[in-house]
Amino acid sequence: MFNLNKEAKLAYTMLIPTISIVFLIILFPIFGNFWLSFKEVKLGDLRAPQPIIKEKLKTKDIKPGDDVLIEYRFKNSSQKKPIFNVKITDKISHFISPVEIAEGCTVNNNVLSCYFKEWKPKYNEKIIFKFKANDNFEIDNFNPKESKPKGVADADNILTNLKFSLKNFQKILQKNETIENIKVTFLYSFFATIGALILGISAALLLEKNFLGKGFFRGLFLFPFVSPVIAVAFTWVYILDPFKGFLNNYLLNNEFISEPIFFLGLKKVDFLGFDFPFTLFIVILFESWRYFPLAFLFILARLQAIPKDLYEASDIDGATKIQQFFYITLPQLLGVISLLFILRFIWNFNKFEDIFLLTGGNAGTRTLTVQVYDEAFALSNMGTASSVAVIIFILLAIFVFIHQKIAPKDIEE
Amino acid sequence: MTNNIYQFFFIYLYSMITLFLLVVIGDFVSISIFLSKSIFIYKNIFLYCFLYAICFFAIRIIISSQISNIFIFIVSCALSYFFLINKEINAYQLLIILSVFIAFNLLLQKYFTAKNFSNFLFEVSFLKFLKTNSLIFFSFIIIFPFYLMFVSSLKSQMVLLQNPTDLSIPFIYSISDFFSSYIAVITEYNFLNFALNSTIVSFVTVFVSLFFSIPGAYAVARLRFAGRSKISSSILLIYMVPAIVLVIPLYVIFSQLGFRNSLFSLMIVYPATTIPVALYMLQGYFKGIPYELEESALIDGCSRIGVILRITLPLSVPAILSVSLYVFMIAWNEFLFAFMFLDNQEYFTIPRGLYTQLDDQEVPRQYLMAGSVMITIPVLLLFFIFERYLVGGLTAGSVKG
Repeated sequence: MFNLNKEAKLAYTMLIPTISIVFLIILFPIFGNFWLSFKEVKLGDLRAPQPIIKEKLKTKDIKPGDDVLIEYRFKNSSQKKPIFNVKITDKISHFISPVEIAEGCTVNNNVLSCYFKEWKPKYNEKIIFKFKANDNFEIDNFNPKESKPKGVADADNILTNLKFSLKNFQKILQKNETIENIKVTFLYSFFATIGALILGISAALLLEKNFLGKGFFRGLFLFPFVSPVIAVAFTWVYILDPFKGFLNNYLLNNEFISEPIFFLGLKKVDFLGFDFPFTLFIVILFESWRYFPLAFLFILARLQAIPKDLYEASDIDGATKIQQFFYITLPQLLGVISLLFILRFIWNFNKFEDIFLLTGGNAGTRTLTVQVYDEAFALSNMGTASSVAVIIFILLAIFVFIHQKIAPKDIEE
Repeated sequence: MTNNIYQFFFIYLYSMITLFLLVVIGDFVSISIFLSKSIFIYKNIFLYCFLYAICFFAIRIIISSQISNIFIFIVSCALSYFFLINKEINAYQLLIILSVFIAFNLLLQKYFTAKNFSNFLFEVSFLKFLKTNSLIFFSFIIIFPFYLMFVSSLKSQMVLLQNPTDLSIPFIYSISDFFSSYIAVITEYNFLNFALNSTIVSFVTVFVSLFFSIPGAYAVARLRFAGRSKISSSILLIYMVPAIVLVIPLYVIFSQLGFRNSLFSLMIVYPATTIPVALYMLQGYFKGIPYELEESALIDGCSRIGVILRITLPLSVPAILSVSLYVFMIAWNEFLFAFMFLDNQEYFTIPRGLYTQLDDQEVPRQYLMAGSVMITIPVLLLFFIFERYLVGGLTAGSVKG
């Protein structure tokens, strides 16, 4: 009935803006991340090496006919890389004319232009240019810094050249820390997911039946999820603070403990003979607290879709509530729980802010995402940071693949 | 008989936990309501609970289940009174403890009087108990951090340091003292500027993502074209791309292009990360609109664009509202990109400003809490007003987290 071709054309025009922005801001950076991971880029390399030129007037009290000395300072901004084909231009005052200037420089129409083939790394030289004041020299109007000297040069840009190396990965994998971080990331993602699911299931079961005030509780239960992470994380940090915090003071006043506990600074606690990662546990509690609302919403929706006659039939057969939960409710929820599990696991795996704001990655809570940040900004190494990000991406691709295998249909609903 | 004993022991243990929870909460409430600074010694309460349980357990064994319920009730009251009266407890706490005992005993009455003393009854009473307690527990763990955030923001530095466990709202202050931290955060730390930046960025993000995702969602939901199924499934994959993988290359690219340190950079990145979510949510809704409506308009000679503007959009106002709220929430709460991209104070959004300006050991904690309250309130307000829509949006789009 309708022209299919026309329809397809319209569809493409409607989709092009979306597709292009997704390409630019999501797919291209992923590619860029892989690109960077094979290059030894430091934070300082982001600014390409360039010539720095400064001028300074060396003579005072100039009268017509006098020599005018101007000192030019040439510098290569990079400590490590040479720059080539340096071209410098500077407008000079029309009150002076050149007498003795450096090799490679000419003055044309009051414009000084210089050309240098190569400046070595750390090149830094002061050259004095000799000018002569013309007869019409006026000291009041004379301004040697009439314009800022401009310099352009070619330099080997590490970001765009085609030199690749595996050194970043080598560096990352040689660190003992990395394996530890992967372990922490898995522990954290797994247990935070389990915690959120357990809390979510319990909360959903509580609000399954209709009662007065159900809407209020449903709204309340979503609070931790909708509030800004920075606000709730800071509040938790404040509550758990060893000296000013609420919890420690409360426990101390009641003599449950004799000295403050560093909730967010205890890497290991000896617990029945094995090392219990205490701070990681606290962070997992935080994550469970913050993300259970999501599981709660999903499971509540699924709970209310379970056919009521299943319960009625089992009531007649004499099943107890607990039996009903294990033999009817749980099997019915299994689909949504497994879907939620893999989704939450992936999202916990990606989480950066929560841990960063709570502990900054200290006390045994450094996950891979925090390591990316540390490599990039604490160690100023963009290359190794990207290679950690690549590791995250590859692990994630595996999870997403599993997710696609487990729930290809459910998600389309 | 052994089974019964086991069950009783279980119920007693459980009642102790309940009691403890309620006393703790009751203490919080009483401190905040009556401004009493006395701190209850919970160690003793544990002891009382155990004594109480042992006594009750002994009575249960001695007396058969035929004994009058009133007798049990009186005994338990007397016991609790005997153990608790000569200790320093305020009336409010005693009231709570007694009411727990009463409730517990009323429950036990049922248990004792039932003719067929079965597992079933035990379960029903146990679950009722559990449900009430769990609701209290959940409300407590959610409200408490928010309440503490709010209360701390109203206090002065001295009060906070002297008694960090004081949870009362300081009504005795004058109005200007009451909000002094808020005034300080606004005047000294440039908070209004951050709020303005956050608002601008969030609104632009909402507008841009709607502008891009509405046509895209319509195309995916309704139009037939080659590659449609590929696109609709890859939307979901794009959800899963972690921000931390994007942030390093985007930092590099934006630095090179020279607009990293600006609000503009956020206005590009935020919509790009929210468009897939918005598109996914909207296309689901568009698919639910009966196609007959659009078809008849098309036959009557309306163009596609006309159909979208006159039929689809007016019908999907709730969906668009929930998408906007969800996107607004994401943009308002976003921390990572703002943290990485912005250097100049004049461009800071609220999360970024809070992090650098107020999260410092030198800055009094109540300022940090005041800032946290101010960033949370708009979100919670929006959430309460539009809860219905937002819950719909959360379920549809919560794959993003």
